[in-house]
Amino acid sequence: MNRKIWATPFIVWMVIFTLAPIVLVLIYSLTDASGAFTLDNFAAFLDPIYINVLLRSIGMALLCTLICLLIAYPAAYFLSQKDIDKKGVLILLFIIPMWMNFLLRTYAWLTLLESNGLITSAVNRVLSLFGVQQEVRLLYNYGAVLMGMVYNYLPFMMLPLYTVLSKMDRSVIEAAEDLGANRAHVFTRVVFPLSLPGVASGITMVFMPAVTTFVISRLLGGAQFKLFGDLIEQQFLFTGNWNFGSAMSLVMMVLLLVSMGIMNRFGDKEGGGVL
Amino acid sequence: MKKLSLLLAALLLTLALTGCSSAKESITVYNWEDYICPEALDLFTEETGIEVKYVRFTTNEEMYIKLSRGGSSYDVAFPSDYMIERMIANDMLMELDHSALSNFTQNAQWLQDPDYDRGSRYSAPYMWGTVGILYNTKMVEGGSIDSWGAMWDTQYQRNVLMMDSVRDSLGVTLCYLGYDLNTRELSELEAARDKLVEQRESGVLLAYGVDEIKDKMANNEAAMGLVWSGDAITSIDINPDLAYCVPQEGSNIWVDGMVIPKTAKNYEGALKFINFMMRPDIAAMNSEYIGYSTPNQGALELLDDELVDDPTFNPSQDVIDRCTFFHDVADVIDMYDRIWVEVTAN
Repeated sequence: MNRKIWATPFIVWMVIFTLAPIVLVLIYSLTDASGAFTLDNFAAFLDPIYINVLLRSIGMALLCTLICLLIAYPAAYFLSQKDIDKKGVLILLFIIPMWMNFLLRTYAWLTLLESNGLITSAVNRVLSLFGVQQEVRLLYNYGAVLMGMVYNYLPFMMLPLYTVLSKMDRSVIEAAEDLGANRAHVFTRVVFPLSLPGVASGITMVFMPAVTTFVISRLLGGAQFKLFGDLIEQQFLFTGNWNFGSAMSLVMMVLLLVSMGIMNRFGDKEGGGVL
Repeated sequence: MKKLSLLLAALLLTLALTGCSSAKESITVYNWEDYICPEALDLFTEETGIEVKYVRFTTNEEMYIKLSRGGSSYDVAFPSDYMIERMIANDMLMELDHSALSNFTQNAQWLQDPDYDRGSRYSAPYMWGTVGILYNTKMVEGGSIDSWGAMWDTQYQRNVLMMDSVRDSLGVTLCYLGYDLNTRELSELEAARDKLVEQRESGVLLAYGVDEIKDKMANNEAAMGLVWSGDAITSIDINPDLAYCVPQEGSNIWVDGMVIPKTAKNYEGALKFINFMMRPDIAAMNSEYIGYSTPNQGALELLDDELVDDPTFNPSQDVIDRCTFFHDVADVIDMYDRIWVEVTAN
């Protein structure tokens, strides 16, 4: 009974900064400008133009999550091996970018990827060595947006994977080896299944911010490839239609809730994961 | 015990100090980001003894939402023309007592009676400027531009930067098509939409941007970009190959004014502040610092001839005549919103 007191600050925090805003969003989404109940905001959302943007956002986020997983898993697996030299430094290198504001880092990409920028001019120089005269442009396309997303969210995939893999009981792996499993078998039958909770929480932690992103698409995509987050922002800051903006936010929240539910099925099995 | 009394003494001292500063007269000013010379604020406090709390915003809409939803009170705000119009319509502004604004007559004649606020009953002009094309003289054919048509010319593949701003990008497109940039006609907006989609699909457009346009232009990343005149001056300073024009088809002209919201707590102090900002030496100081054009005729006499003779900084009367103010389109904002989504969401 007494121990519940310790949770009070957290509960108060949750009520004020999480629950109350969600209730407000819900109220706004179900009312019109005059405050009367309506479902029009959701009906307006069913327009193909908005659905298309939503699907594009989900597609981009899934792709971003997949790329993060493909990069982070081997890296985390490698780092989790006991006999790595300077392991601490390598892990630190993964985390250091997070010490800087994400907006600043995205602005930096804006300069690096421009036509006269460091990366683009280097790439073009290398290409011309191989006889390719066509100049490539790296900024203001889907690729640039995807790159910005992967760059920003990779640590969120890396950390849970590393935690799960490095905590894994070595004796289980040794047992598998003793029983005659080759390395591929050990990985597919033992290591990977045991790391699923980490995979699940990594996917959730990357997918959620990726699907709601809006600054990256604006800066690196040149605002030509609107994502769902951009549309919500426009409703609040330009149009001033908080009701429609809230309805869109709610659709997004439900979507995230569903995806979290799916992920939890994997994560819960071993009692791991973040959720 | 000793510690406790020390703590108590410290507490009392803090109370005394805060009590002291709250007794001093102060005003809260709500202005655009990076839009005033900090020295001007110090001078104001020095001369009047009124302390200035300075708060910043980045878009008119953001400022409007803050003011209309209440919660915080500001004594002076700096909205643009169309937003002043909307705030007057929504009864959010106090009338200015012109007897306390001795410097008001310093303003250019055409800005003493603007069409967004007839007779300047609610607002006094602070800065003004135009919207036009900033272009790179080495990257455009013939080295100069005088029409919006250049922004649709297919020889400039991936070389045109537009503003990620509904009113500005749609507005100049409407001008190009010969329509009113405050149109309420859906058919005209749809024509402008098709024109903007054409600009994307023909490969001319490089990106929509806001603050980054002036950097990209300075770095020779594009042949031309849609900018505000003040930003043009900043970029031309960095890169002398750049030039600015207000196309012959006409464009948008804008004014940022100073107003006193209904929620203001220190009306007298706010008036003093507005009058101070219109004093020629202060107006010149601000204009020089931020690079935007001042409506203050006395200030123009104090500024460098080189700057005053620069048509970007101080456009001729015929440029002013072919430009139009934005007016509030809040009643048809859904239409504008929809058109912009259709342009950028495909």
